[in-house]
Amino acid sequence: MNFDLSEEQKLLADQTRSLLAGHAPYDRLRALVDAQAEWDEVTWRALCEMGLPGARIPEAYGGLGLTDLDLGVISEALGRANAAVPFFSSIVCAADAIAMAGTEAQKMNWLPGLASGDQIATFASAEGKAGWRPAQPGVRFEHGKLTGIKLPVADAGIAGLAVVQCLAEGQEALALVDLGQPEIERTRLQSFDQLRPHYKIEFRAAHAELMPQGGQARISALLDRAAVQAAFEAVGAAEACVMMGRDYTMGRQMFGRPLASYQAIKHKLADTLMATELARSNAYFAGWAATEAPGQLPVAAAAARLTSLDALAAAARENLQVHGGIGYTFEANCHFYYRRERTLALTLGPKDYWAGRLVDAVRTQSNEAA
Amino acid sequence: MDFNDTPEEAAFRSEVRAWLQKTAPAHALAAGQQISDAEQVARGKAWQRAKYDGGYAGITLPRVLGGRGGTIIEAVVFDEEEARYNLPKGPYIGIGLGMALPVIGKHGTEAQISRFVEPTLKGDLTWCQLFSEPAAGSDLAAVRTRAVRDGDDWIINGQKVWSSWAHHSDWGILVVRTDPSVAKHKGLTFFVIDMKTPGIEVRPIRQISGASDFNETFLTDVRIPDSWRIGAVGEGWACCMTVLMGERLNQGEEGKIASLMEYAAETPAGPGTALDQSANRLSLATAYAEEQAQAYLQARLRTMVSRGENPGALAAMMKLSYASRLQKSSAIAMEIRGAGALAVEPAESQTQALWDDYIWSAALRIAGGADEVLRNQIAERVLGMPGEMRADKGVPFSELK
Ligand SMILES: Cc1cc2nc3c(=O)[nH]c(=O)nc-3n(C[C@H](O)[C@H](O)[C@H](O)COP(=O)(O)OP(=O)(O)OC[C@H]3O[C@@H](n4cnc5c(N)ncnc54)[C@H](O)[C@@H]3O)c2cc1C
Repeated sequence: MNFDLSEEQKLLADQTRSLLAGHAPYDRLRALVDAQAEWDEVTWRALCEMGLPGARIPEAYGGLGLTDLDLGVISEALGRANAAVPFFSSIVCAADAIAMAGTEAQKMNWLPGLASGDQIATFASAEGKAGWRPAQPGVRFEHGKLTGIKLPVADAGIAGLAVVQCLAEGQEALALVDLGQPEIERTRLQSFDQLRPHYKIEFRAAHAELMPQGGQARISALLDRAAVQAAFEAVGAAEACVMMGRDYTMGRQMFGRPLASYQAIKHKLADTLMATELARSNAYFAGWAATEAPGQLPVAAAAARLTSLDALAAAARENLQVHGGIGYTFEANCHFYYRRERTLALTLGPKDYWAGRLVDAVRTQSNEAA
Repeated sequence: MDFNDTPEEAAFRSEVRAWLQKTAPAHALAAGQQISDAEQVARGKAWQRAKYDGGYAGITLPRVLGGRGGTIIEAVVFDEEEARYNLPKGPYIGIGLGMALPVIGKHGTEAQISRFVEPTLKGDLTWCQLFSEPAAGSDLAAVRTRAVRDGDDWIINGQKVWSSWAHHSDWGILVVRTDPSVAKHKGLTFFVIDMKTPGIEVRPIRQISGASDFNETFLTDVRIPDSWRIGAVGEGWACCMTVLMGERLNQGEEGKIASLMEYAAETPAGPGTALDQSANRLSLATAYAEEQAQAYLQARLRTMVSRGENPGALAAMMKLSYASRLQKSSAIAMEIRGAGALAVEPAESQTQALWDDYIWSAALRIAGGADEVLRNQIAERVLGMPGEMRADKGVPFSELK
C-alpha cells in the first residue's frame, strides 16, 4: 500500500502554492473586493503560464493529460489561497463537461482554448428557487435555441462560453452556448462571496448546441467529479483557517500568556485540524478513484464532500472566533474563508443530495458484492 | 497512490492466510458465544501459543528476543487477516506483548529478558498494567504508591486502580514512587511484579457494562526483590513512556455503517422504510463518510510507518476520532431501531451488541489517552501550540498539594 501523493504531486502542490503565495496574498484579495473586481486576472495568467488550467485536459486537446488527483492538488492550493480565479467554473465543471459529454468537434473547438486559459467558460445549472439542479429545468433547448433564466451563475461576467443544464425533449441535457450573442443578457447579482461574482443569465432563443452524451446519469457523474475537486478546495481552505488561527493565537498575549496556551483554543484547533485531516484522507481517495476506479466514485465523492464541508464550516467559523474583534474586520483575513465556505457548501447542491447519493451508491455496491 | 500490497506484502499475506486457514478455526469463538473469564484466558493463552509455534508471536520483536524481526506493516497485515476470525485475544495477552515486552526489551537486563520474553510470547505468562491510581490517571506521574528499599528488596505500599484483567494475570507492570523529595516525574521507578506475591489484593470493580474486567489492586507491605526492577531507580517515567508510545495504528473495525443502512432499508417506517427518511439518510451518510475518512487516514499513517516515518500525534487522531465515532454511530443505530432498541428478547443478539458498543465507547473515550488529553497532544505536537500551564513544575512531589 502506498497511500500518499507522489513526489511529482508534492512538487506540483509546492509550485502552485508558492505561485499563489506570491501572486495572491490577502492584501490583493482585499483590493479585488474594494474594486468589485470580476476576478484576479493577473493570478489567472500566472496559473496559465504554468499550464495548470489544462492539467487534466487530454493532451490531444491541448492539455497535460494529468489525473484527477493531480487536479485535486491544484484545487487544494487554490482553496488554501482563496484565489479569485474561475478554475472551478471553467476547468473543473465546464471543460470536464465538454470532455465527458461533447462531440469530437466540440472538444476540438473548445478544449484547447480552455486548457490554455485564454478562453473562460462557466457552468450554469441553478435556477433560483427551483434549485441548484432542477429535475425539470426551466431553461429549454428547442430547435437549436436556448430559452430561459439561470441564476446564480459564477464567473459569468468573464466567461465567453457556458455549459448549460437544460431540458431537451423532456430530458435533462447539457447545451453549449457562446455567451457573446445579443440573445443573451447577463446581469451581475449581489454576491455573498465578494471574490466569486455571480450572475443572472437570460437566454432569449440563444444559439446553442447540445452535447450528445450529456444525459442525466452523465451529469450526475460530472457532479461527482466536481464534488471531488470542491472537496480538495475545502480541505485547502480549512487547513489555511487552522493555521491562521494557530498563528494568530500564538502571537497574542492574554492575561500574561499566549492565547494559544488556553485549552479552549487548543482543543478547538485540534478538533478542526483532525476534521481537516480526515476530510483530506477522503479527498485523496476520491481523487484517486475518479481516475482509477470510477465505480467507487459516487460513494467516494459524496463522502469527500460531506466530510470536507463539515471540516471547513468548523474551521472557518472557529478561526474567526479565535481572532476576537479583529476577526470581524475587513483588515483581518478570516472573512475570505468565512464567505468562501458558504460558496462551496451551496454551489454543488445541499447535503441532502449527497447523503442520498452516498446511501444509494453504498447499497448498490453492497448488492453487487452480495 | 496504490492500494495494493507490495509483492513482499502480498507474499506475506498469502502465507499468513494459509496458516490462519489451517490453524485459526480450532481456536475461534462462535459469534455471540459467552464464556467465563477463566475460560477466555485459557483460550487466549492457547491461541497465543499457536501463534508462537507458527512464528507469528511478536512479529515486530527482534529475533534475538524471540520475535520474528518483521516490519510494522507485516504486523498490520497479520492483524488484518487475524481479524477475519473471532479469536480470543484479551488485554491479558495484549498488555504483555504491547506493553511489558517493549519495556523489558528496552530497559531490562539480559537476565530479565531471558526470563520474561519467551514465556510471554508463548502465552504462558499473562500481564496486567498497574499504572493508574485513584489520584493519578491522565496525570500518571502523580502516582503515590511507594516503594522503599530494604536491603536487596523493596517494600511496596499503595493502591492501583482500573487494573484490567489483574484478577487473571500472572504478572504486572508497575510504576511506583521511590523518591518523593524530587519533582514528580523524577522520583518514579518501574517494576515487574508477580501477582501472587503476598500482600497483593485484587478486588473486582463492577463496571457500567455489568462486567468486572478491571480491578482495584491493593499493595500492602509487598516485599519484592530488586531483580524485578526494570531500568534504573528514578527511570520510571522513561519506562512509562516506552509503554505508552505503542503505535495506535489499528483502531476498530469498519463496515458497520453499510450494514446499518441495510437494516434501515428493511425497517418499515411511515409509508416506506427507515432509510427513506431524510434525517436517517443524512445521519447514516455522514457516519459512513466519517468511517471512510478514518479508514483512509489509517492508510496514510500506514504508509508513513512503512517508510520508517513516525506518524506521531497524527496517530492520536485515530484514537480520538474512533471513540467518538463509535459512540455516535451506535447511538444512531439504536435510534433507527427506535423504542425497539430499549428491550429485546434474550436471543436477539444484534441489538445487544449495539448496547455493548454504546456502553464501551464511553470507556474508550477515557482509557488509553482520554479525549481531552489527546486534543492537547494534537495541539502541542502537530500544531506546535504551547504546553499546558503546570502548577507542579519542578516542585518536589512531597510539597505538592
Ligand atoms: C476500561 C478501562 C480500562 C482501563 N485499564 C487500565 C489498566 O489496565 N491499567 C491502568 O493502569 N489503567 C487503566 N485504565 C485507566 C485509564 O488509563 C485512566 O482512566 C485514564 O488514564 C484517565 O484517568 P482517570 O480515570 O483518572 O481520569 P482523569 O485523568 O481524572 O480525567 C477526568 C477527565 O478530565 C480530563 N482531563 C484530564 N487531564 C486533563 C487536562 N490536562 N486538561 C483537560 N482535561 C483533562 C479527562 O480527559 C477526563 O475527561 C483503564 C480505564 C478504563 C476506562
